[in-house]
Amino acid sequence: MNNTLSKIENEEAKLPEAIEISGSKAVLEALLQENVTTIFGYPGGAIMPIYDALYDYSEKLKHILVRHEQGAIHAAQGFARTSGKTGVVFATSGPGATNLVTGLADAMIDSNPIVCITGQVFASLLGTDAFQETDVINITTPVTKWNYQVTDATEIPEAIAKAFHIASTGRPGPVLIDITKNAQLQLFDYKGYQKCSHIRSYRPEPEIRNEYIEKAAELINQAKKPFVLFGQGVILGKAEEEFKTFIEKVNLPAAATVMGLSALPTHHKLHVGMLGMHGNYAPNVMTNECDVLIAVGMRFDDRVTGRLDKYAKQAKVIHLDIDPAEIDKNVKTTVPVWGNCKKTLPLLTALLKNNDHSEWVEKFRELEKEEIKEVIQDELNPTTEVMTMGEVIKVLNELTQGDAIITTDVGQHQMVACRYAHFNSSQSSVTSGGLGTMGFGLPAAIGAWYGAPEKTVVAIIGDGGFQMTLQELGTIMQFGAKVKIMILNNEFLGMVRQWQQLFHDRRYSFVNITSPDFVAVAKGYYIDGQKISEREDLKTALETMLNHDDAYLLEVMVGKENNVFPMVAQGTSVSEIRLK
Amino acid sequence: MEKQEFTITLYTENSVGLIGRISGIFSRRKINIESLNTSPSEVEGIHRFTIVIHESEEVVRKLCRQLEKQIDILKAYFNTDDEIVWQEQALYKVPANVVTEKVYVERLLRQYGASTVVIRQDYIVFETAGHREEIDRLTEELNKYGLIEFVRGARIAIIKDSAGIHEKVLEFEKKEPSHEIVENEYLDQQDNVFTM
Repeated sequence: MNNTLSKIENEEAKLPEAIEISGSKAVLEALLQENVTTIFGYPGGAIMPIYDALYDYSEKLKHILVRHEQGAIHAAQGFARTSGKTGVVFATSGPGATNLVTGLADAMIDSNPIVCITGQVFASLLGTDAFQETDVINITTPVTKWNYQVTDATEIPEAIAKAFHIASTGRPGPVLIDITKNAQLQLFDYKGYQKCSHIRSYRPEPEIRNEYIEKAAELINQAKKPFVLFGQGVILGKAEEEFKTFIEKVNLPAAATVMGLSALPTHHKLHVGMLGMHGNYAPNVMTNECDVLIAVGMRFDDRVTGRLDKYAKQAKVIHLDIDPAEIDKNVKTTVPVWGNCKKTLPLLTALLKNNDHSEWVEKFRELEKEEIKEVIQDELNPTTEVMTMGEVIKVLNELTQGDAIITTDVGQHQMVACRYAHFNSSQSSVTSGGLGTMGFGLPAAIGAWYGAPEKTVVAIIGDGGFQMTLQELGTIMQFGAKVKIMILNNEFLGMVRQWQQLFHDRRYSFVNITSPDFVAVAKGYYIDGQKISEREDLKTALETMLNHDDAYLLEVMVGKENNVFPMVAQGTSVSEIRLK
Repeated sequence: MEKQEFTITLYTENSVGLIGRISGIFSRRKINIESLNTSPSEVEGIHRFTIVIHESEEVVRKLCRQLEKQIDILKAYFNTDDEIVWQEQALYKVPANVVTEKVYVERLLRQYGASTVVIRQDYIVFETAGHREEIDRLTEELNKYGLIEFVRGARIAIIKDSAGIHEKVLEFEKKEPSHEIVENEYLDQQDNVFTM
């Protein structure tokens, strides 16, 4: 039976005359009009009317029942990151809503477009400490771009339209709509759905100021040693081609932030590596050598800048960002370029005079050789008996040829994956950058697979993080997401252990984590897998994983006390980056 | 950078919960709000927050950018004391006999331009408005004479150079009139709800 109203897609759903429908149905009609195909959610008492209505919409709206609401929102993040669409989450009131908070904070800091719809107790019970009542609006205010509580069904179409507009425009972010149960049940005169394209107090894109574009071009044209830093803004602005044209025109060396990975193919001749605490040697050192620093869609996170008072002091700084609040937030800007870089980059490129910075780019390559000799060689081609995380990624690169989507959890394996994984196409690196959420990797991989089902999705996860959300194996079991799970097990909470080794006299305080038999756990969920600890098994095991028809879990035992280097230790400058 | 007193003026939509979102931006950075006033603005449908904090200019500038980023905030301004005309109001409850018997107190009240609000047998309530230092000085003096109760209102401020702002806000409202705020209509209907 199909009782859906929507006949028109991508157009205003104006009805010839108002018809009486429930608030719940209005929610689902709104989602159809917003071209939503996939919802990640978990039902409960306060959202039951919406789930009841969903029963009739199941042909048009695919609902993935997760095993925990945190899994739902991380999956929605993965979906958003690989599809470029807005991720949608359903959760019930009280604990259902509070379980979303970590994911909301993660999506907020990493600018993911997410719309969460939470059920809420009857409006008449608000403030009475009713069963499963929490003040979700106040709880989620600091971690949402916008949130709103609906107590009357007539508000639903407009609230959801606003939610999608706010979540997906300007600097994207998570939005939460809390709908009381009475509003879900209430019948009202529905006149159709109108998408929102404008809110008077919201300016998603600041006005582009040509005088600044001209000043920026002037600085770049005069620069002897220009250096470009790019972040996720390039991906969010869908400006990959514009960015490539920009750097290629005058041969500008460019380095990625963790969130910017995959915006430029890894092997592009001007890609000089990754920035930041565990980034590459050359881009970190050269930050304090360049004369003009051009930041595109990145926010100078402390993990990128290291000690601020010793960061790029010699350079004139050009900062391209869609969010005016990012300008001068951490690093003083010489020329701010407000706007979406998809629009500002071509304007800037047009004013660039042909210049060749080959010699300058070569300097990066020289330093790269130093890093290869001191760090990379041993990491990718170890002579020791124990396997390194780096060599696992190296073999994975050989087999996927950089075409897989890589999601990671948080920790040493994440930094190793970000350092060594190859990315040929944009939107193929999915990691928790700003918040560093352990437990992100597995649910994000599930969402990533729904966002790009034609791609191979490999979740690289540590033994610690995997145990935070491994219940999502149940979601894979039930819905068949073909996710390849690769656990890099060093029997430690590795990143914390590394810090304890370097800065706390090896006092390993509670980082020695034991794990269950992961393969047996996966088998319990009817997911095939294997565990390896010998180098000679590595390639075959990875081939088996990648060629397997369904989801697969591969556990690789790696060196227990290997460290991730280079490293910009806390409180030091980027040019004081340690190779050992 | 040296800290000083800044008055932040926000023009906002009139929406439920916005005050929580705004206060969170300050509390997250452990900045204390010295004074907070919210009221309608000169343009119907648009509200105005006046917030006083003691901070460096750099921090205030960044704060205002974060504030302006909020969906329901139309504009954020910050000003030093010399860029605004400002007032704070205060009420004083003084024992009646002190006022009637002590000439100094009567003079004091006159000197500070205090006007009488309520006269009772046992106490008199005076009202005055002015800058904080003036109010503080009067409070200090009255404390010596058995001040029973004192309350000071939040700062309200007019930006000296605000013609452009007014035009802009007026334009906003003209082009797109405000929405009616939707409040919870069901709070008193608890008895009619059967929940499961």
